Parts: sequence; C-alpha cells; structure tokens
Amino acid sequence: MENEKREKFIVPIGPQHPALKEPGHFEFTVDGETVTGATVRLGYVHRGIEKATEDRNWTQNLYLLERICGICSHSHAMAYSLGVEKLAGVTVPPRAQAIRQVVAEMERIHSHLLWLGVAAHEAGFDTLFMFSWRDRETIMDILEGLTGNRVNYSVNVLGGVKVDIDAERADSIRKGLDLLEERTRHYLKVVTTDETFLRRTRGVGFTTTEQAEALGLVGPTARAANVARDVRVDVPYVAYAEFPVTMTLDTGGDLEARFVVRIKELFESYRVIRLILDKLPAGDLTMRMPRRIKEGETVSRIEAPRGELFYFIKSGGGEKPERIKVRTPSINNFALVTGTAVGHQLADMPMILAGMDPCFSCNDR
Amino acid sequence: MTITLGEKWNEALEQVKLWARINSPWAIHFNSGSCNGCDIEILATVTPRYDLERFGVKLQGSPRHADILICTGPVTLQARDRLKRVYEQMPDPKFVVAVGSCAISGGAFQGCYGVVGHIDQVIPVDAYIPGCPPRPEAIIDGVVKLLGSLKKGPEEQRSGGEEVK
Ligand code: SF4
Repeated sequence: MENEKREKFIVPIGPQHPALKEPGHFEFTVDGETVTGATVRLGYVHRGIEKATEDRNWTQNLYLLERICGICSHSHAMAYSLGVEKLAGVTVPPRAQAIRQVVAEMERIHSHLLWLGVAAHEAGFDTLFMFSWRDRETIMDILEGLTGNRVNYSVNVLGGVKVDIDAERADSIRKGLDLLEERTRHYLKVVTTDETFLRRTRGVGFTTTEQAEALGLVGPTARAANVARDVRVDVPYVAYAEFPVTMTLDTGGDLEARFVVRIKELFESYRVIRLILDKLPAGDLTMRMPRRIKEGETVSRIEAPRGELFYFIKSGGGEKPERIKVRTPSINNFALVTGTAVGHQLADMPMILAGMDPCFSCNDR
Repeated sequence: MTITLGEKWNEALEQVKLWARINSPWAIHFNSGSCNGCDIEILATVTPRYDLERFGVKLQGSPRHADILICTGPVTLQARDRLKRVYEQMPDPKFVVAVGSCAISGGAFQGCYGVVGHIDQVIPVDAYIPGCPPRPEAIIDGVVKLLGSLKKGPEEQRSGGEEVK
C-alpha cells in the first residue's frame, strides 16, 4: 500500500467563481482535504491598457489609467500624474499635493473596509460583511460629495487637482470620520476576539518575515509579517513628508495579523486626514502643464491600498507617451497564495486568497 | 410516468412560473474584463444601504440557477468564450443586463488590443444601465424595470426588452 502511487486530484476554481468578483483561475492539487500544490492562471481581464496608452495623448491617458482599477483608481491616476509632472519639471502647488493625499487616504479607507467585508464573507461571517459595507457607505458619501463620483473620482489633472476642500466640506468629512473611527474600533475588537472567526484566521496562511521578504510581498500583506515596507514612509511623495504616517507592523504573519494591520491602518488614515484638514496649505490648485512632455524617462512609486504601485513612463518628446509600464501590488502578493497553500485545508483557500486582497483587474490590465 | 395536463392547467402553471420568476429572480454576475468599479457597485446593491434583496433578487454563484446575467466590462479575448458558455448554461428564459459604459460600448477601453467588443456583440442583451460606474440606485432601477418587462408576453421580451436609458 505504501508504494501505491496516489492519484492526484485537482480542484479547479474559477474563472467564474462565486467567491471572487473577478475572473482568476486556480488549480489546487489535493490529497483528501489537504492541499498539496497550487497554481494560478491570470490574464482573463487583460485588455492591453499599457499598449493603448501609446496612442492616446497625455491627458487622455490620465482617464484611461484611472480605469485600470475601480478600487484604487486614484492611486493609478496619482502615480501617473506624479511621473508626468516629474518629466515635465513642473512643481505642483502644496495645496494640490495635500488634497491628493487626502483623497488617497480616503481611498485606502474605502478599500480596506471593502476588503474587510469581502474577507469576512469568505469566512462565512456575513454579518461583518454587511456591517462593514454599510459603514463603507459613509466614506463613499464623503468621496462623492468631494469629487462627484463614487468610484472613478478623477481628482487628478496633470499639474494639480480639480477639487477643493472648503471649511464646510472639511466639517462634514470630520463628522464622517468620527463615525467611522468608532465603528473601526468595534471591528478591531471583533477580528481579535470573536472565537469562531479566529479559528478561521489564527495561524492560517502563516509566513515568516524571511519568507515574506523572499516572496517579495508588498503592502499590508508584507507589513503583517513584520516587513517594514511602505512607500509612504520610505520615499514620501505628495504631502507625506509634511504630514507623515507611521507604519503599521505586526509580527503575527498569519491571516489574523493581516486583518489587524489593515484595520489599524484605518486609524492612521483617519488621523492624517484630520491633520491635513486642520492645516491645509493655502494656494493654487493647478499649475500649467505643457502639451508636449520633454523627452526622458522616469519611475514613480506610490503606496496603493494593496501595496507598492510602480509606474515607468517614457516620453519621446511628443504629445503621447512612448511607453508606460505599470507594476501593481497584486502580482507580488500572488506568490503568497501559491507559496503558503501547501499543507492547508482546501476550505482555507478562499480565505488565504482573500487575505492578500487580490485585484485581478489591476494585475491583468 | 408522464403527467398530461389539460390546457387550463398548463396555462395556470405558466402563470405561477411567471409570478415566481418576477418575485424572486436569481442573478449571476459575470465580469468579462471590467475595471472593478462596476463590480463593487453591484456588490454595494446587495448590502444594507441599497438592499436589492427586498425585490427578491438574489446574487448567487451558479449559472445553472440563474435567471438574470449581470455583465460588466468590455469583453476581452480571454473572457469571450467563457461569457458565451456561462450564458448557454443558464436555463431558459434568461435575461441579460449590461452594466456600465464598458459593457454597453467598450467605454474607455475601445481600441485596446485585448478587447473584442462589448456585451451585445457576444450575447443578446435585454437591459442597458449606463454610467461609469452606474450608481447602485441606477442598477436597482434597471433590474426592477427589467422585472417589469417580464410581465409582458415572451415575444415582446425577446425584442430587446425595455431599454433602460
Ligand atoms: S464602466 Fe467604468 S467603472 Fe464600469 S468597468 Fe467600465 S471603466 Fe470600470
């Protein structure tokens, strides 16, 4: 019996799958209920956006790139604008930079709350899903009031921003944040004390700091394994130098730690938004941008809600870019799923996958 | 054993089916290349603020249980055949709702090499909900209008249903 070669049984998941809102395909080799291997196949939502940027002009690209991802749209637009502004040698007024940061942090809040709900749903904890999405509407209302749209906000223009925050708006934002802060405290309590929920998260999908570094994880997923990696702190962009955030780290390395890190980051976002609202620099919102961008190439890095977002932009001196390359956080983090799946129960797979907060649409472009 | 029903019975049965379908349609969501924006808004419609379930609409996973296919995004090369397959797996009668500018016309992604077109170039669409992304209210309105159109006869439904524009 010992020598008898067990047949491999493969469980395919996706591309159309109820647990994932986006198409991705996974194959888990299982022995009984235990996973012995995992592969991932991506690219179902590949549209070819990078290539398409080459026949649109600099301004049109802002709106196209924003639509790489509906969840972190502002991050994409901001990374692109920062890069193009660097190439053109334009300095953006401090007020615009601060507003960019405010919206970026709001986006983080909405993204993390969204993730909290989806991840809770994977664990079968639908009450938390409904609660966190109900509270997420608060930040959606703030974003809509500020920018006019719930999802693709188009706050950035090349050379600045197109929305302003006045005293009245600031007050309504503060009010919303107070409510959210109170709710977030409750969520932190839930994910760290709810016994049933902890059974699904504690010790699941564990990575050591060394493993996390070797896999090249980024964002909250890496910070949950105590890897100090946050672009906002390492190389501050927009107004992060004047309004710094502190990095949230956790030594846990498991799913619970990923919940805790993301929820703690929310508090950091609330704090820094309030700080900016109190000390919003005065001045213009936009600078004039040239139609043609000087020849040259540059990289721009920012911290999207899921981790480091990287843009490479090359200009040939014309009205259109010569090449734009985007590297999104999810591609790094997929290594976590394939790397830690082995040895877990099949039922844990959706949780491990949700724990890294995958974004297929960013990833495939 | 086969049961043969009289004319009247069949008619009554059809009415019951229609009543059930209108009061509790099950929907499946398929993303054929969208940017996520539309998808999160669809998800938002089932959460407490908007609560699509009060109309009896339930979002669930398998195409074989679904009456309504909610599509988002342009159709990518990779997703085209899968979209067709999901559509074919659904039992008749089936209805398709295209959510978002991309699903209607390709939107911002027109001309990308990975995009083969929009939803109604691949499968027939019954209702269109424009916006980038449409607000959850708009999505609910679209679905409810579609349900309203189900009350009409099957011939009228197939001729494109009621366009929600
Ligand atoms: S319509 Fe807009 S939000 Fe919806 S998938 Fe297309 S780009 Fe994204």
